[in-house]
Amino acid sequence: MRDTMLSVRNLSLDFHLRTHILHAVRDVSFDLRRGKTLCLVGESGSGKSVTARALMRIIDKPGRLVGGQILLDGPDGVVDIAALPERGREILALRGGRIGLVFQEPMSSLSPVHTVGSQIMEAIRQHRKLSKKDARVRAADLLRQVEIPDPERMLDRYTFEFSGGMRQRAMIAMALACDPDILIADEPTTALDVTTQAEILDLIRRLQQERGMAMLLITHDMGVVAETADDVAVMRYGRIVENGPVDRIFHAPTHPYTRQLLDATMKLERGAAGSPATALFEAKAVEPVISVRGLTKSYGSVGKIFGFGSGNGGALKAVDNVDFDLYPGESLGIVGESGSGKTTLGRLVLRITEPTSGRITYRTAEGREIDVTDLNKAELRAYHRDVRLIFQDPFASLNPRMTVRQIIADPLLVSGKMTDQQAGEKVAELLKMVGLDPLAMERYPHAFSGGQRQRIGIARALALEPRVIIADEATSALDVSIRSQILDLLLSIRQRLGLSFLFISHDISVVRYFCDRVVVMHKGHIVETGDAETICTDPSAPYTRRLISSVPNPDPRNKRMLHRMRASS
Amino acid sequence: MLADSRPLPSIDAGPAISPLKPGGSITSEAAAGQWTLIRHRFFRNKVAAFAGCVILLLYLVGAFAEFLAPGLPNASRPQYTFAPPQRISFFAPTAGGGHEFLPHVKGYRIEIEPQALRRTFVIDENKVIPIGFFVDGPAYRLWGMIPMKTHLLGPLDSREPMYLLGSDRLGRDLLSRLIYGTRISMSIGLVGVAISLTLGVVFGAISGFYGGWVDTVIQRIIEIVSAMPTIPLWLGLAAAIPLTWSPLSVYFVVTLIVSLLGWTGLAREVRGRFFALRGEDFVTAARLDGSRERRIIFRHILPSLTSHILAVVTLAVPTMIVAETSLSFLGVGLKPPVVSWGVLLQDAQNVRSVATAPWLLIWPSLAVVTAVLSFNFFGDGLRDAADPYES
Repeated sequence: MRDTMLSVRNLSLDFHLRTHILHAVRDVSFDLRRGKTLCLVGESGSGKSVTARALMRIIDKPGRLVGGQILLDGPDGVVDIAALPERGREILALRGGRIGLVFQEPMSSLSPVHTVGSQIMEAIRQHRKLSKKDARVRAADLLRQVEIPDPERMLDRYTFEFSGGMRQRAMIAMALACDPDILIADEPTTALDVTTQAEILDLIRRLQQERGMAMLLITHDMGVVAETADDVAVMRYGRIVENGPVDRIFHAPTHPYTRQLLDATMKLERGAAGSPATALFEAKAVEPVISVRGLTKSYGSVGKIFGFGSGNGGALKAVDNVDFDLYPGESLGIVGESGSGKTTLGRLVLRITEPTSGRITYRTAEGREIDVTDLNKAELRAYHRDVRLIFQDPFASLNPRMTVRQIIADPLLVSGKMTDQQAGEKVAELLKMVGLDPLAMERYPHAFSGGQRQRIGIARALALEPRVIIADEATSALDVSIRSQILDLLLSIRQRLGLSFLFISHDISVVRYFCDRVVVMHKGHIVETGDAETICTDPSAPYTRRLISSVPNPDPRNKRMLHRMRASS
Repeated sequence: MLADSRPLPSIDAGPAISPLKPGGSITSEAAAGQWTLIRHRFFRNKVAAFAGCVILLLYLVGAFAEFLAPGLPNASRPQYTFAPPQRISFFAPTAGGGHEFLPHVKGYRIEIEPQALRRTFVIDENKVIPIGFFVDGPAYRLWGMIPMKTHLLGPLDSREPMYLLGSDRLGRDLLSRLIYGTRISMSIGLVGVAISLTLGVVFGAISGFYGGWVDTVIQRIIEIVSAMPTIPLWLGLAAAIPLTWSPLSVYFVVTLIVSLLGWTGLAREVRGRFFALRGEDFVTAARLDGSRERRIIFRHILPSLTSHILAVVTLAVPTMIVAETSLSFLGVGLKPPVVSWGVLLQDAQNVRSVATAPWLLIWPSLAVVTAVLSFNFFGDGLRDAADPYES
């Protein structure tokens, strides 16, 4: 049998859109080898996902295959998938039979109305003539292989009873149901937390080696690439700009784009903020701008209304007894996995969500201390002028029906201090500050890319000359090269305007790059507080150590994840 | 094996795109506002665009009813009862045996059925009634103001009969009545929806924005109103209208009755949208920007809703039209001398008239079906185009 399982030659895909034709994939060629992993890496819109979908001929509607070959090596000789009829029997036999696919979003790719078992059994019986009983035995065996505990019972569970990691494991079991020769994993861990990501990548890698499958892993994360790939192909705007063995790509990249991508990733591995750390603030005896004491938010404490529940004990504490101080000019990172309560914490500080108990004290520019938890509506508006929020989602946070000028000028006009013309000048100035062309202010948000929109969001936050900015996952929706640009922009603004930042993120490398001090949250509690550098290199709490060691290291010669700390359970 | 990579000569500056047709240009929508985007999307749906044209045509017919109708709606001619529809011919035989261009319709002659001894009208192929455009006919006042007597189409001699769609039991021209009926039936939809819209948007917005107990109370009211069986209620309310009232005031009261029960769906739609939008990031952003509630509602939430409201309204108009038609058909809605499609259908209530004069059933029903279908297609298209920002 030959070494190459699948080879793609000069694949091209076009999307016929309403206003133009988009050449989403142009002349792409690569090979998948037995037992090896090829990572297709690129930023959003580079055409990596659609390339993977083309291999199974499941391209979405306006897209069409316009050229090239997809040669699959099989027992009956080589088949050109690109030449097969889209709805033919042959292609159906290939999908799931010889090529397995794992999607990004484990929630939407599994049916919520069928049990996990029935979905896996269906996948098996599509391709094999097995009785229901045999299929069930095989499904249980698959769940065991993907390390789901108690597989016999888990077969009868529904997907919503599974955690994100478990769902992704079930999805993998389904993809493996018919022992495919090739596994395509399209951003399999993007929706997962870092610790879960490490476990899933580890699992995929082991399964692939045991079964000698060829794997195509699609990702945007250079860290994941370094941890898993044998070969790498870097995609940009529909072309593969560079490909080769992982070590050469990371240590001797030739294409400028690859270098740029690596630089952006590596930069985040090093701290940039210098070190005005805790000691410095305490030494200068500065009073904190915001200080939070005993802040708690609990949900669902309905008590025994219907005679069920166990009174107060059933309440979920999203944020539990949290204390921290934010000093002037400091940026404080809040790190945690999903469900740790970090976003809720940010919303509590702004009182978008009302806290259950605790105190938030804000020190105004004049040095007056105010208790944020009992402000009335008018006072709260004044507080919101000083403490601003940058949103995570650059698409949802800008009103699509307003022009950029209207969006940025809105807070200025509402405060009533400016005429329309003055506001226009201020908007131009703000746009220049965030690196956008002031001439673009009459455009609508849909004309801008994600990174540009986030700049608009930043300009809006800066419009009222705030003192504190709360950035809630402000960079997590952005591609890595854009991410580092936005972080640099925030850093320069922070230094220029002397702002304090409360920087909420799940991404440890971003926090390390941007923050002076870090608060690590887990299940609503603060686990550890300390200098960014210390937390990232020498954490003391066991949870932090596990978290840090799960972060993929963008260096193939030093695979951090393989030596990571595991949960002691 | 992967071929060893070779650096490409150039770095692409952006995604590769090309125009749809060779040599065409790529249009930019960067500075296009909400309505431009909605229009672009809407016109891609050809059926909806066509339905929109039909609706426009119907309203034009309604607006210029007096001019477009060949006669007056209530001018009866007892000598031509249940006259069948005539066909327009363009060439008439001349005295010399040849043919000349002369648009005309054929006259009628009376035939007596041997068994029933009933008089019926049949087309007399020998009687030629010349017709023409912009002829002088019965005098009318356009929109009740401008005295005119020019009609778009009519017999050259206004005393001659012309019944293109046939006549009813009093010898009134069905075409003229249908055209006048278009005005009433199409406008009752609009007026009714305007009232529903006001009620629906106000209650829906209050309910959706404030939530809590306000929402609960309004929602229970809506449930009670929509739980009522509509036809008996309409009947009851309509029966309460004093007989002495003028047809015009009856018309407005009927509209009011129909719309008082029709606003609930709209209110629910608006409330649902409000709930969804209230949680959107850009609304939170507006609140953090210091906007008061009024500004948030009018500047941020309502503009995002208008296109949806428009679509819902379009889908509500046919309901109103059908409601008016059914009320009038049952004899409790509009009453003669007001002419609406429902009133016309009243004439087609018994089997005998349907058997002898099927056109009395066919044409008014066709008008109702056309109007309702057009509104539905148009509304569906509008709804699909209403949110140009969702991917």
